[in-house]
Amino acid sequence: MSKFKVNLKINNIPVSVDEGTTILEAARKLNFNIPTLCHHDDLCVAGNCRVCVVEQKGARLLTASCATPVSEGMEILTNSMKVRQARKHIVELLLTEHNADCTKCFKNGHCELQEISNEYRIGDHVFIDLLQEKDRVQDISSPAIVKDDSKCIRCQRCVRTCAHLQAVSALAVTHKGNKMRISTFLDKPMNDVICTNCGQCINRCPTAALTERSYIDQVFDVIYDPSKFVVVQTAPATRVAIGEEFGLEPGTRVTGKMVAALRRLGFDKVLDTDFTADLTIIEEGNELLRRLKEALVDGKDVALPMMTSCSPGWIKFQEHLYPEFLDNLSTCKSPQQMFGPLAKTYYAEKVNKNPADMIVVSIMPCTAKKFEAERPEMRGSGYKDVDFVLTTRELGMMIKQAGIDFNKLENEGYDSILGDSTGAGVIFGATGGVMEAALRSAYEIVTGREVPFSNLNIKPVRGMEGVKEAAIKIKDVKPEWKFLEGVELKVAIAHGLANAKALMDRVKEGKADFHFIEVMACPSGCIGGGGQPIPTTMEIRKKRAAGIYDEDEHMALRKSHENPEVIELYEKFLHEPLGHRSHDLLHTHYYPRKRH
Amino acid sequence: MTRIEEFVKEQAEKHGRERSSLMPILQAVVQSERFLSEEAMVAIATELDLSTADVFGTASFYTFLDTVPRGKNIIRVCKTITCHMKGKDAIIATLEDMLKVKLGETTSDGKFSLLQANCLGWCHKGPVMLVNDEIYPEVTPEKAVEIIREYLKKTK
Amino acid sequence: MKNKIKKVDLIFEKVDHLSILKKAFERTSDEIILDVIDSGLRGRGGAGFPTGLKWKFAKNEESDQKYVICNADEGEPGTFKDREILTNVPEKVLAGMALCGKAIGATEGYIYLRAEYNFLLGMLNEKIREFNKQMKNMNFEFSVFIRSGSGAYVCGEETALMESMEGHRGEPRNKPPFPTQHGYLAKPTSINNVETLVFALMIANLGPTMFKELGTFDSRGSKVFSISGDTPKAGIYELELGMSLEDFVHEFGDGDTKAVQVGGASGFCVARKHFKDTVIGFEGIPTGGSMMLFNSTRSMYNILKDYLEFFEEESCGQCTPCRVGCQQLLKGVEAVKKGIKPATYLNELQKLSETMKIASKCGLGQSVGNPFNSIVNNFREEIIY
Repeated sequence: MSKFKVNLKINNIPVSVDEGTTILEAARKLNFNIPTLCHHDDLCVAGNCRVCVVEQKGARLLTASCATPVSEGMEILTNSMKVRQARKHIVELLLTEHNADCTKCFKNGHCELQEISNEYRIGDHVFIDLLQEKDRVQDISSPAIVKDDSKCIRCQRCVRTCAHLQAVSALAVTHKGNKMRISTFLDKPMNDVICTNCGQCINRCPTAALTERSYIDQVFDVIYDPSKFVVVQTAPATRVAIGEEFGLEPGTRVTGKMVAALRRLGFDKVLDTDFTADLTIIEEGNELLRRLKEALVDGKDVALPMMTSCSPGWIKFQEHLYPEFLDNLSTCKSPQQMFGPLAKTYYAEKVNKNPADMIVVSIMPCTAKKFEAERPEMRGSGYKDVDFVLTTRELGMMIKQAGIDFNKLENEGYDSILGDSTGAGVIFGATGGVMEAALRSAYEIVTGREVPFSNLNIKPVRGMEGVKEAAIKIKDVKPEWKFLEGVELKVAIAHGLANAKALMDRVKEGKADFHFIEVMACPSGCIGGGGQPIPTTMEIRKKRAAGIYDEDEHMALRKSHENPEVIELYEKFLHEPLGHRSHDLLHTHYYPRKRH
Repeated sequence: MTRIEEFVKEQAEKHGRERSSLMPILQAVVQSERFLSEEAMVAIATELDLSTADVFGTASFYTFLDTVPRGKNIIRVCKTITCHMKGKDAIIATLEDMLKVKLGETTSDGKFSLLQANCLGWCHKGPVMLVNDEIYPEVTPEKAVEIIREYLKKTK
Repeated sequence: MKNKIKKVDLIFEKVDHLSILKKAFERTSDEIILDVIDSGLRGRGGAGFPTGLKWKFAKNEESDQKYVICNADEGEPGTFKDREILTNVPEKVLAGMALCGKAIGATEGYIYLRAEYNFLLGMLNEKIREFNKQMKNMNFEFSVFIRSGSGAYVCGEETALMESMEGHRGEPRNKPPFPTQHGYLAKPTSINNVETLVFALMIANLGPTMFKELGTFDSRGSKVFSISGDTPKAGIYELELGMSLEDFVHEFGDGDTKAVQVGGASGFCVARKHFKDTVIGFEGIPTGGSMMLFNSTRSMYNILKDYLEFFEEESCGQCTPCRVGCQQLLKGVEAVKKGIKPATYLNELQKLSETMKIASKCGLGQSVGNPFNSIVNNFREEIIY
């Protein structure tokens, strides 16, 4: 549908844009930058911070450019006298509410408020400081997310994220006037509410009001402790995003540099979560086939559709909101949590280390993984399986602190064992990736043939559509799978918890007949995770996804069941998928939590 | 089901479970209980399929939707401009003295909460006070004591 | 400028509202709207938007459902006329809503009544029940419902009111779109003040000419005033618009009036020396009806502080200029009074109030500068010393 064009002038320069375009977007087209704080490309319009106000010739009031669509003949000034004064005032006002101890702040140098104050050279406060001592208390109840109201500028990005992208609404705007703030139900600590720890609020917070709980110092402490053997695992999505912390384009593949940096940081072994991603496919794929057999052949009442369990934000969401579907979740632990117990058993034995002296650190695109590692059931090895979880951003900080010139590092490879992976493990990082990896293996196990998609790329499960659906007809199966002959395997993929909720409601109402569902808590999957570099936009996430699929195409092996280290692991240690050892180390269970 | 849960369910059935029913339901609970307890807000969130933070955030916006316990009778003395000019401070001082509470507090027997309110819309007859939904214009300290005494008699 | 205070009796006059409606229902929507446009009636809540135009905009929208809302969230300090109107002539308000319904093509009307007036609920519900029955008997599809506020001044702002009706925090929306396009439940909505609806009914009854002949070119008709403060005649008066403040004070003052706050807390403070050249009306100082008189015993610092405390609490808090600006103005004048900040700090605050006026999201933040500047300009010494 062709749109009507609207003609207007911005700073006396004519421009023609589609009807419905905001003044902000039109100005960006002409390369006029208008500062924003409450605006975010992923979120609905708020128009409440007011820093983006512009002057419209002939109008008495200034206009919020983020919230106002263009109209024909409009003449806009983005930097008039009036605009400058108002904008400066607004930034000054925000600073009077704000804990401006910038040098001590976790977001120092990464703060949008700081950036604007810097641009406007806000000097000594003209106005009176409104922040009181009692407001300077951080909520550190959660192992994943720190909430610091003294840094909050009440832009409500977090609230909109939590409500509209994630359908959780753990955070809300409360009270009014001078008491208005962003809070939880009855101001409870973050750990006591339905927060899924997804960290999407952190990705969109312009200041340090919401940040990850950082464990950088603890990790350096164990690295420097000679009695500790510290191994690190890196999640699939970190390798296409960490470069952004060093000025590289989103999606730049820097796996080799990241490995080199980790080694220079002093980790004893640099291993890969992709390895356990491949392992997850074997376990989860077999679990799916077993459930299907039990349903179709044995006539058992098994929970279908089966749902993926790699995303700890999604798990907690499910425990709070859909506890009646906990049996549908795959019992497989996430790749991070499969890695931990294997490292402290199988691997410890191989490298002849006492697991009591071993420390497992994860580099994750995720904040929910910090919570996941703390779950009491995650002690399959007899020890805490994963000791510390760091976000991609925290790794960036560590590399900078250690004085490592990241961009100049030569590529290095992962250590062996638990360092080998296939392209199937890599694509876990993007929405649809687990599904694609599972289908690549399951289809081949059942039919003995590769999935019928060009170059193994199962395009229907890729892309940024909120809920994706696909079906694969299974034909000419091996004799032992004859019950699957002619079955059309129906799958669905959701990313972002609001999409997950929409899908779950369909399942709940009996309006969906899927066999297998993949859900990632974060928009676009782990590449858009709550621990990834800031900023995040759809454009950035698309580039990271492209990096992931590029990495996959460049791998020698692209099917999890072909991973030689995984094969060896089964031969020497696990013996069979879903076997006794797997049950002890690689599978888990879930607990219903209260909705409210 | 607890008494509150049942009450909330009745209200949800009466007003409907759309978002636009939230205010009438919050109001009904406050009318009956004088404030919104945690239990009540959880019940409302459950009935209307909302998050509790959202329910709390909405309620806390409105002065009359208290989320802290209040007495059986809520006294609101208008504090805005003309009532201030006409002597609301003396009314409050008298009531504080009579009820042995400070502004914002509830008597230990739970019978009265003494609050201030922004303009109650009786500027020509200040000072005014609202006791529950009853309005008392042109009060004097003496009249205020009399009025509250009547409530004291009625309140068990 | 009119010279004399002229009392008028359109609002409280008892009329047969059903026969007015019967007559109106025989006419077309356009005819009804044209009369309202022709009369020059502007909204009586304070903002003064031409009522007929609003109805026309709402009428011109295509929609399966439209709404009429009667804004009875009268919260402006110094204003109490809507309560008197609802108490004394509720059927005229309801009839005004039905008239609007006929004009714009709406079948549902809502009264949003502030919680502070809950004591009117019983009576109003009774009247509404009766009225809805009457509409049915007249074969006119229109029902009135009532919704209560819960204590939030900002809900008098039309889009905040709709947010509240929809079960949300009463936070004003971005405009455009305007309520006539995208109002309650996203449907075209005409939201009018209580008094406006009664005037519209009276215009339908008596024709636009009688209304047009009252008042001035910019301010047609009469207006219900809420008069309070230092006056022996506090109360409700319907007066012709366009009078001078001097005449007003002559009629209502106590002989010692030093200032009048016109338009409530969000209005303007006029000092004695300006009474003569101040017109009450859209060409001078508009008002939703509030007139507060202050005599020489009053401290204008206290009055300003009261207003600012009010706004600091009643701001919805969503937009920066209003949320933080209100606090800064209050803390600022206190600091100047205490000598913590120099007198020149008032100049900074006045600049800030200008930003609040042009950069705030809604009328609340945009008008805090009115009382602030008019009091600081007229009574600077009272603020400082």
